[in-house]
Amino acid sequence: MSTQTSGLDPNAPMVELAGVHKWYGDNHVLTGVDLVVPRGTVTVMLGPSGSGKSTALRCINQLEEIGAGSIHVEGELQGYREEGGRLHRLHPKKIAVQRARVGMVFQRFNLFPHMTALGNVMEAPVQVLGVSKAEARERAAELLTRVGLSDRLEHYPSQLSGGQQQRVAIARALAMDPDLMLFDEPTSALDPELVGEVLGVMRDLAASGMTMIVVTHEIGFAREVADQVVFMADGAVVEHGPVSQVIDAPTEPRTQDFLAHVL
Amino acid sequence: MAEPERIHAVPVRYPGRWISAAVVVVLAAMVVNALVTNDKFAWPTVGKYLFSEPIMRGVGWTLILTVASMAIAIVLAVLLAVMRRSANPVMRWVSWVYIWFFRGTPIYTQLAFWGLISVLYPALTLGVPFGPALFTFDTSVVFNATRAAIIGLALNEAAYLAEIVRAGLQSVDRGQSEAARALGMKEGRILWRIVLPQAMRVIVPPTGNETISMLKTTSLVLAVPFIYDLNFAQAAIGNRIFQPLPLLVVAAIWYLVITSVLMVGQYYVERYYGRGFDEHAPTKGRRGSRQGAINAAHTTPEIGPTDDMGRPAGGGV
Repeated sequence: MSTQTSGLDPNAPMVELAGVHKWYGDNHVLTGVDLVVPRGTVTVMLGPSGSGKSTALRCINQLEEIGAGSIHVEGELQGYREEGGRLHRLHPKKIAVQRARVGMVFQRFNLFPHMTALGNVMEAPVQVLGVSKAEARERAAELLTRVGLSDRLEHYPSQLSGGQQQRVAIARALAMDPDLMLFDEPTSALDPELVGEVLGVMRDLAASGMTMIVVTHEIGFAREVADQVVFMADGAVVEHGPVSQVIDAPTEPRTQDFLAHVL
Repeated sequence: MAEPERIHAVPVRYPGRWISAAVVVVLAAMVVNALVTNDKFAWPTVGKYLFSEPIMRGVGWTLILTVASMAIAIVLAVLLAVMRRSANPVMRWVSWVYIWFFRGTPIYTQLAFWGLISVLYPALTLGVPFGPALFTFDTSVVFNATRAAIIGLALNEAAYLAEIVRAGLQSVDRGQSEAARALGMKEGRILWRIVLPQAMRVIVPPTGNETISMLKTTSLVLAVPFIYDLNFAQAAIGNRIFQPLPLLVVAAIWYLVITSVLMVGQYYVERYYGRGFDEHAPTKGRRGSRQGAINAAHTTPEIGPTDDMGRPAGGGV
């Protein structure tokens, strides 16, 4: 009788949100979000603050629980198991396994302050994947070199600039070999002159074929890198499509209004 | 370009500092004089007993009681604090009741209870409640005076420390466990590897306080009764030779010495857990910055390829 719906489907889109709702008490913050992110593409989410972009992103790797709808990553239902026509909440250990495939970069970096850059990047491979310390260290050094921090391996986060910290955070997420990377306003907490170095790393990551969803206000970055632009307002997707459509020729008045303020 | 002339200004004078120093020196001399010239302190007697065998044994036992009970209390306190924050309501409730009871009743009464437990329950039985017994112990053997004293002190202290640990856990930014969760770490690992090490910065100073307080609380083990600690030893001698005062001074000197040693220990523990937070603390970063200096000199090829992402700041938007 039970239908097995879990398991990865290589043909499914990387992410699929269908009718996702989220309530904080009486506050209805996501009012039915539908979104498809194909593999190997970059989706940039735009929208005024409070429109639910960050919440939607946090729902994808289950930092927030959704109230209605469904989220699939690589064809696998997130957070639940469907059995006998009912949803069963997954055990936290199973949720941790699902999260390990999704990398996340936060606005405030959230590096572990008591560990060096190398320690931050090594932590999850050693603790989650059971990789040997020597192997994890080698790979961490490689990743930190890739984000331009080969000379900062033994520095603590407090000894790094904001831009360097965010690049360590990106290396930390990449250390888990994620299939999908989520960026939650990765440059909003940075001084203007440090924004470029983080966007540079993200641009190269996109060029390497990583599937990315980026919540940002950097229209220039969206224009350059995005395969798909999603405009959200009042907890739902108002308009989505390629840059040429959503940014250059928006049809929705709310999108036009927002872009008039940002550009 | 010419080297600019450095400023060599006349510093501000602070005569108040010299005056206060003079006042303090005079007051200190008065205190020393009052202590040394008053023969009721019987300093020769203090000297005679300071390193005497019963006093030294008392110091040893007091240290054992302090260290053993604090060690047990810290483990128990972390457990209680984690239970207090658990999603499981039974765990939360058990922790709350424990803290409520052990903070709410006097330590002296608790110690007396552990001393009397072999009278209350001569045999300890492990088995099914109201059902058959599996193992039986002689309570007076399991709870001898030493163990009763250590357990009594530890269980009481754990209740206070649990609140300190809880405060420490609460002080860690939520973003820390979120980041760890996003990496796929399980809750137990997040607590052990990410949250607790950062909470230690907040937990250590008040725990040092508690340890020093425990050092002197051990004098209450008389209630068990346990009669080998420093305070009992000094009182026994003082009463026997009808000179309580010099022996009180002997004990005070030893408590002060041990406290000083504990404070040095606390300094190092704080420095360890402050790594990454205090930039003045010695870090492994030294090696990194030396490597950084080597790289900055561009005299050696950099580690790994300086490919597409190896470059510094990107070109902007």
